[in-house]
Amino acid sequence: MSEWVIEARDITKVYQMGEVEVHALCGVDLKVKCGEVLAIMGPSGSGKSTMMNILGCLDRPTSGTYLLDGHDVSNLSSDELAAIRNHKVGFVFQSFMLLPRQSALGNVELPMRYAGLAKERTQKAKDALKAVGLEDRIHHKPAELSGGQQQRVAIARALVNNPAIIMADEPTGNLDSQSGKEIMELLLQLNQQNGTTVILITHDPAIGEQAQRIVHLRDGRVEEQE
Amino acid sequence: MSIGQAILEALESLNANRVRSALTILGIVIGVAAVIAMLAVGQGAQDTITGSISGIGSNLLFVFSGNFQEEVRNVEPLTLSDADAINDVFQAPHVQAVAPVINRDLEITYSGESTRAEVNGVTPIFSDVRNYTVSEGEFINQDHQLGRASVALIGVEVADKLFDRREGIAGETIRIEGQPFRVIGVLAEKGGSSFGSQDNVVLVPYSTAETRLIRRSRDQVDVIYVQATSAESVQLAIDEISQILRSRHRIFLGPDDFTIFSQQDFVETARTITGVFTIFLGGVAGISLLVGGIGIMNIMLVSVTERTREIGLRKALGARKMDILIQFLTESSLLSLFGGLIGIGLGWLLSFTVGLIAAANDTPINPAIGLNAVLLATMFSTAVGLFFGIYPANRAANLEPVEALRHE
Repeated sequence: MSEWVIEARDITKVYQMGEVEVHALCGVDLKVKCGEVLAIMGPSGSGKSTMMNILGCLDRPTSGTYLLDGHDVSNLSSDELAAIRNHKVGFVFQSFMLLPRQSALGNVELPMRYAGLAKERTQKAKDALKAVGLEDRIHHKPAELSGGQQQRVAIARALVNNPAIIMADEPTGNLDSQSGKEIMELLLQLNQQNGTTVILITHDPAIGEQAQRIVHLRDGRVEEQE
Repeated sequence: MSIGQAILEALESLNANRVRSALTILGIVIGVAAVIAMLAVGQGAQDTITGSISGIGSNLLFVFSGNFQEEVRNVEPLTLSDADAINDVFQAPHVQAVAPVINRDLEITYSGESTRAEVNGVTPIFSDVRNYTVSEGEFINQDHQLGRASVALIGVEVADKLFDRREGIAGETIRIEGQPFRVIGVLAEKGGSSFGSQDNVVLVPYSTAETRLIRRSRDQVDVIYVQATSAESVQLAIDEISQILRSRHRIFLGPDDFTIFSQQDFVETARTITGVFTIFLGGVAGISLLVGGIGIMNIMLVSVTERTREIGLRKALGARKMDILIQFLTESSLLSLFGGLIGIGLGWLLSFTVGLIAAANDTPINPAIGLNAVLLATMFSTAVGLFFGIYPANRAANLEPVEALRHE
């Protein structure tokens, strides 16, 4: 196993917007160590969403190579990418993205359904919810939970398949400062305990400061790393 | 994802939009109900018609004068001697019995009550050939026939109208066209047939009718009923009768100047009519199912648009195209399956009601819902859901996860 969980070389992404070609990423190199907490920062339009989509295997780069956990994923079919996302990537979104009709448990079980797990599903989901401190809320629907609790469910869902990386896209963006602080503490704590690599996508410097390393993007290029 | 899981999730999703789901399946419900009711009532009507046709007699042939399909000049009428010739066991070995009949609609009166009924001049064999039995008294016998006796048998409908009762009538005297006839019996009820009531009849001896009620020149008869020896020999009997009549009427070339119908012909005609009816109603039901299917497709498209973000999330969490496809196809098939099941219930109710209405109108139809009709409706409605679900489901499955997640 290499020490790099992410090795992206010379990644470019070009969108075709009608007649115009938009260069969202122009040759980005990025390496992330196993167990690292990395923040990708930049103003809107800097390409950080595109970066997240490619790192999270939601999208393919136009050119360049991307090794995730040692596998080259730059040229996989969409179903192969789906399987990679299922096993290697956990997503935490700004707007939680929980299924409103499912209980917390049902939401956490969802990735395992697509993984084809049947037997240990419920137990694993309960363990994940326990890890985020929601063991007494497992049968609540998202509407019956506070914003912070909903985001905890989302983190449990991201954790449950034991991914190589967790992609957190503005995880505190929809939360008040207190809940936001708790969510950041939870993410850092999970990183400490399990050694899961966490990649934070944010424009908030206060969040970025908590990462071990910050990558600044501007106009589709890596501007500086600190 | 397993099919059981997919069905469970689809049920949850349909349950969340109950009113919409219910309205969506309305088209399928109506279509399937129409199919079921149509098949049931059609089958019931066919059974009734077939039953009433076979109630006329068994292995029966009807011989009329004239050709109903081709133009024939100088039609020779059927006569008693034609009937006698057909009755010849050597010329027509497959003929069991022959009953020549003359009939006319005449006025029947009894102490101030009056009605019109079909008066038939018949020979004693008529009761066997046409399957008539008496509920009281006796049938016309050879003595009545030879003595030109003024005796009559009446059907229950005539009895109801003239006497207001069905028993104790034998021995009374009725008048047919003013001439007195002694009632020697009452015919057992036969029920309606496609040729009008078989109970609104009066039977008198052939010789009496010929001389006193219905005058016909040269021994002319209106119809000859012929009973074949068995169901298998009906066609042979037709051929024999046709040969005898052609030689007697001196037709060596050209079409017959008489027509032979078998019961089978009537059954087939009735089948053709109900068949055309069934196809017509089936078309209507088919259109309803088509419209219902388009309704489902429409709602599924709306649902896909509404749930674009959900689809994006599912894809982000690792759902493959097939998973999304199965999810939406399960939903649309379940939707129309429910429509089908409700439709079967409604169709059953509908045909049951039709049966009640028909019974109230003295035309007993027993709507019969066959297992194959139910299976057909279930499978067809599910197939409609599956077919019209393909396009929306495919659309959902092919969404790009990035775009879908960004969708507002």
